[in-house]
Amino acid sequence: MAIVYQKPKALTDATMHYCPGCTHGIIHKLVAEALTELNVEDHAVGVCPVGCSVMAYNYFTCDMVEAPHGRAPAVATGLKRAIPSNVVFTYQGDGDLAAIGTAETVHSATRGENITIIFVNNAIYGMTGGQMAPTTLPGQVTQTTPYGRDTNTAGYPVRVCEMLSTLDGVAYATRVSVDSVPNIKKAKEAIKKAFQTQIEGKGFSIVEVLSACPTNWGLTPVEALQWLRDNMMPYYPLGVYKDKTAEGVKHHD
Amino acid sequence: MTKNILFAGFGGQGILFSGKIAAYSGLLEGKEVSWLPSYGPEMRGGTANCSVVISDEQVASPLVLNPDILMVMNVQSFDKFIDSVVPGGVVLVDSTLVSKKTTRTDISVYEVPATKLAADNGLEGLANMILMGKMLETTSFVSYDIMKKALEKTIPPKKAHLLDGNLKAIDMGMKYEG
Amino acid sequence: MKGNEALAEAAIRAGCRHFFGYPITPQTEVSAYMSKKMPKIGGTFLQAESELAAINMVLGAASAGVRAMTSSSSPGISLKSEGISYIAGSDLPCLILNVMRGGPGLGGIQPSQADYWQATHAMGHGDLHVLAFAPSTVQEMVDTVMTAFDLADKYRMPAMILADGLLGQMMEPVSFPEVEPHPIEKPWAACGHGGKRPHNIINSLYLQPEELEQKVRERFERYELVKANEAREEEYLTDDAEIVVVAYGATARIAKSAINAARAEGIKAGLIRPITVWPFPQKGIEKACQNPSVQKFLAVEMSMGQMVDDVRLVVNGRKPVDFYGRTGGIIPSPAEILAKIKSMGGAQ
Repeated sequence: MAIVYQKPKALTDATMHYCPGCTHGIIHKLVAEALTELNVEDHAVGVCPVGCSVMAYNYFTCDMVEAPHGRAPAVATGLKRAIPSNVVFTYQGDGDLAAIGTAETVHSATRGENITIIFVNNAIYGMTGGQMAPTTLPGQVTQTTPYGRDTNTAGYPVRVCEMLSTLDGVAYATRVSVDSVPNIKKAKEAIKKAFQTQIEGKGFSIVEVLSACPTNWGLTPVEALQWLRDNMMPYYPLGVYKDKTAEGVKHHD
Repeated sequence: MTKNILFAGFGGQGILFSGKIAAYSGLLEGKEVSWLPSYGPEMRGGTANCSVVISDEQVASPLVLNPDILMVMNVQSFDKFIDSVVPGGVVLVDSTLVSKKTTRTDISVYEVPATKLAADNGLEGLANMILMGKMLETTSFVSYDIMKKALEKTIPPKKAHLLDGNLKAIDMGMKYEG
Repeated sequence: MKGNEALAEAAIRAGCRHFFGYPITPQTEVSAYMSKKMPKIGGTFLQAESELAAINMVLGAASAGVRAMTSSSSPGISLKSEGISYIAGSDLPCLILNVMRGGPGLGGIQPSQADYWQATHAMGHGDLHVLAFAPSTVQEMVDTVMTAFDLADKYRMPAMILADGLLGQMMEPVSFPEVEPHPIEKPWAACGHGGKRPHNIINSLYLQPEELEQKVRERFERYELVKANEAREEEYLTDDAEIVVVAYGATARIAKSAINAARAEGIKAGLIRPITVWPFPQKGIEKACQNPSVQKFLAVEMSMGQMVDDVRLVVNGRKPVDFYGRTGGIIPSPAEILAKIKSMGGAQ
């Protein structure tokens, strides 16, 4: 019998700990497929954040390092500088990347650090039980914004791709979503392109993935995907924010 | 035998460099040496000083609190350190910049108008070396030949032309009778 | 060479090719030296955006299996303590230099030894230790670097060199021993499995308490080996001493001056100088406790009295332990220490 579908080689057989309806599983699979298809899994090193994906090291078959909260890009920098031929990526959530780790994110980007960041934006702190994230939408109710995010006191959400696209070290910055099959296919292409950018030594690449958190949003999985489309997509438009992948951002004398 | 030397003045007067030459001379004589500068904001436009210890034995404390030899190039340092010199100690003062006198009679103070001498003889910036010359002459803490060698080794090849001026300044200091 | 520069050169000679730093007085010469040298030998010098980033870059590079280091001074070390805890919890080797300055807070920039408790007892959250070396000469700084890297690799734990502004800034003649670095195999490294082994995971997270306890116990078994085999100290004139001074780092040099002066006055003083402060060396103090000529101990530090706790733990009430210290960046003078020795009744 012909095999028509196979779990990507870069995913382990471990059962994932994510909640029902969570899109981390899809994004893990896309990353694993990209590593497998680009044939780099054997010299890839992933960096896990603190957050829901803290245990992602159990799910990828490549070597994995667990970073302190927010520091994944710094850890990845060390890994990449030590062995530049390896493919190094971080997998981070919004609190990790855009709150506690903002400095590491911005500076690894502006250095043009030749790493890839997979940024999972679900507008909430999932692991700690649903507090306000830097990407929580105005008016969005969370455990710590019980009356909805009041921008007068809690400020505005951070648009990461837009912000990073202003930096000269960024070769590729794009925002995708995993709310639908067509978008999942686009997300996969973006992740592959980001890794390809790194493999070619073109500079910093980031793929922001809009993701659903039904548990902490208090919605069913299907409702959550609709909420993502209705609320997150208008605030965080999908698209390519920076593409210098043809020329790269590195000087070569 | 241990010689504790303190160099003090403003940043930019070559205080740290003088100390380095002294320490390096000691090293070339086969002695144990240490050199310790003041650092940080202290150095930014303010006073600079450095401790040099030259000893037959391993240097215990690199910090010179009671110098056997004191070289001072500004009033602040004169005020700060003159009373810390050990009885019988030697003080070299740039009298162009420091007109104050001490009432102490248990130390030998040599006043050399080093900054003026330097300016008059086309040796701008080398007042420190004129004082070093006087220090050599009065204390013989190292030999002249050794100090010359230390200068030759310390001044980078790119700046070899500066060597002559430095040696001239030392000679001038050695010959100065004040 | 300045102590800081000598240490940087020694690190390069020990095979370190990855340095991640952030500017802070009084250790900036280390970064400056590395920034000059590393590009010429194919190494990495990276000025990080923060101390947090720098120590985590070290975490990353150490994960990949290379010799990596960072350097800082007291306030910066506090920031690094997060990363150091993770590094310890992930069983990674690395080298951290702390050129101590006065604290707490921003404190001052003059020499201090007030980070002793931090380095030896609380270098981060959780049950952990770091190897902590306290050289007292520039030459010893140089010699310690290779040892520190070697032992860090051997025991898979971070090593710290505790220096102070005095050692970092002073110049002394140094010679660099002609020894090749001896890096060991690191089969645990996250360097890409190349299809030849299962994936390696560098991690400090264990959600099952039993599993975490087991991990910590294993680590502490290693710590016991370190304690048994790696404590280093120097004794000076202790055989017939009535007063034994215990001091480390730059303070020990000054104490030595005071002891020489005391001897010249007929006071029998001696010195025990811990070279490692974790593990804290016990043999010298133990011997002095059993030596009938020893009347009292005197701990001298540039702090309000931190190492003195460890001295008291070893002495365990058998003999009096006194303390003399200056803090805030003030270096105690030999005369002050001598006066303290005299006041302890060592003159009879």
